[in-house]
Amino acid sequence: MAIETTSDPKTGPKANGKAEQAVVEQPSPGNTEKEEGGALVAMPTLARERRIREESRHGAVTGPERLGDVDEWGRSEHMREISRQLMDPAYKYWFRVEWEGLEKIPKEGGALLVSNHAGAIPADAPLIMHGVEKELGRPLYGLADYWFRTVPFVGTMWSRFGGVTAHPDNALRLLRDLGQLALVFPEGTKATSKSYSDKYRLRRFGRGGFVEIALRAGAPIIPLAVMGGEEAMPIVYRVPGIASVFKLPYFPVTANMLAFGPLLGVLGWFLYFPVKIKIRVLDPIYYDIEPGQERYSKSFVMEEAEQVRTLIQDALFDMLRDRKSIFLG
Amino acid sequence: MGRRVLVTGVDTFWGGRLAQALERDSDFDVILGMGTKEPQLQLERAEFVRSDQAYSILSRIVKATQVDTVMHTFVVTNSTQASSRALHETNVIGTMNLLAACGQSGSRVRQVAVKSSAIVYGATENDPCWFREESTRSKPPHFRLERSLMDVERLVQDFAEDNPATVVSMIRCANVLGGDIQTTNSHNLASTFCPAILGFDPLVQFVEEADVVRCLLHLTENRIPGLYNLAGDAKIPWSEVMAICGTKPLYMPAYGTTQIASTLVRLGLIKYAPELDELLRYGRGIDTSRIKQTGFECLYSTAATVHKFIRAVRLRRNIGREQNSYTFEQDVEQFFRHSPAVVRT
Repeated sequence: MAIETTSDPKTGPKANGKAEQAVVEQPSPGNTEKEEGGALVAMPTLARERRIREESRHGAVTGPERLGDVDEWGRSEHMREISRQLMDPAYKYWFRVEWEGLEKIPKEGGALLVSNHAGAIPADAPLIMHGVEKELGRPLYGLADYWFRTVPFVGTMWSRFGGVTAHPDNALRLLRDLGQLALVFPEGTKATSKSYSDKYRLRRFGRGGFVEIALRAGAPIIPLAVMGGEEAMPIVYRVPGIASVFKLPYFPVTANMLAFGPLLGVLGWFLYFPVKIKIRVLDPIYYDIEPGQERYSKSFVMEEAEQVRTLIQDALFDMLRDRKSIFLG
Repeated sequence: MGRRVLVTGVDTFWGGRLAQALERDSDFDVILGMGTKEPQLQLERAEFVRSDQAYSILSRIVKATQVDTVMHTFVVTNSTQASSRALHETNVIGTMNLLAACGQSGSRVRQVAVKSSAIVYGATENDPCWFREESTRSKPPHFRLERSLMDVERLVQDFAEDNPATVVSMIRCANVLGGDIQTTNSHNLASTFCPAILGFDPLVQFVEEADVVRCLLHLTENRIPGLYNLAGDAKIPWSEVMAICGTKPLYMPAYGTTQIASTLVRLGLIKYAPELDELLRYGRGIDTSRIKQTGFECLYSTAATVHKFIRAVRLRRNIGREQNSYTFEQDVEQFFRHSPAVVRT
């Protein structure tokens, strides 16, 4: 097959190349003008393509290609539905989550939600994710520390429920390429490991990476102030030895362990206090800076990060001024 | 004048497949297959040249045959296939000698295509969802295979820098599955039990064996330089891969996995390579938008690749193992290629 058509070796390879591209780009037999000179010469390439396609048809998949619905991030709509049904009673009746300014979160397009973080096992992430999905009907991807992925079951579950590793590439893809909502806690474990006496005092906002991501993606930052998370599972004491043995970021003794532990055992460790949770959505911050740059001025980024931190801090103090009871709001 | 191409490792899976594909392409007049053993596949017009692992005779061959294209697929990407010494000889020393021969004065090599592996990206918890070609590893390599492949890539990149007139193309393949190729994964997925790590369900990506050959041909035919990721579309969870293949997961604990796995290997239940240890935890995704921009499209998505693989396995199970009936015989091959008695059209 190959040798019979090399009669015109000068035009052979070129015509072949053209035909190859035509086949790849436009499978429909529409372009006849290219085949005038080299219809014969193009034959083997076409034949080869056809053969490969036939081969693929021969091995073509019958029946459903996929058995599950896990997407590229590891999120599964099926698992998400289960979590929604589990979360909803806690959201409605245990924490009685109340939103303020929810309309500030855009209905479409990418946006980076930035929130304060609290509690030994923070309840704020799943509650915000559930709330946004429930009230706005659009998914929210929670960006979490790398460390999560190393924990058996927890990492897998977190990813099936819509959690994503907080890698700059991931955030950029979510915000810019896919136009999704992402949630980030710039304080990280510095906030969740802090003692009860430090409650509602925001920690350092990392290295300002979240601002850089928002700038690069051209997405707005929407600050959230969450009140109540600090009292849901306060830390009384941190045991350093156990943390290093199990490679945990911290190992806390929580008030919940002391209060529920004697009654419920280990299960009590994971039971939150029924605090009232209020979430205030602050005004979105749009940046008038060219997106897509490789680097942004570090001083500007740090300044903006500090600005967002101050906004959330002030909003929290403002909300706390009106709070009459931890449990009733 | 048509092109003259040299294929390395013609006795291995990729070299053989590639030589067969090149034979069907009229662009290539002369096809030279180098290998340490005789070819395993029947080749019509490709010439077989025996060499040692590290290609010490290569510079002579390149000069004598005036090849203009070199396709280098004889790179070990599975650490169970070679001892550490053989791995180093084949990957690093082999590539080094090959590139030295291509770059020597008097060489007419104008294109070098190399098959590398996405193993160079590693698989750790710090990884992005998709690795792009310019992404760097999240953590330093700690397998011999990873270091070896990174050395190979560095050699290729240095060669590309030193020889700007030569088109250098390199692909990083995701884990390959297909009807014929034998890998650790293909063995495990076709067995009753398949290793998995308890509590982890990583997203993995596969590429079909025919797509790898097609991609190498695409880059060579169209003389496209550069580094490209190659994988089927989408990532799917390991649990789903196992479900498609109908194999039962053999869960290993997340701690002390390597020790448990080596026991299971000794019992003959599974095959295991150190690189699986991380892959079965964190998976890996490589972004293929760059190769798509060159006009190449994989025929099989990840899920379709797994389906194709298991259908081939089922066929073999039902009709009995297909025996490779072909054995290379030097005098017979010489006769068909060179005897004046054979009518060649």
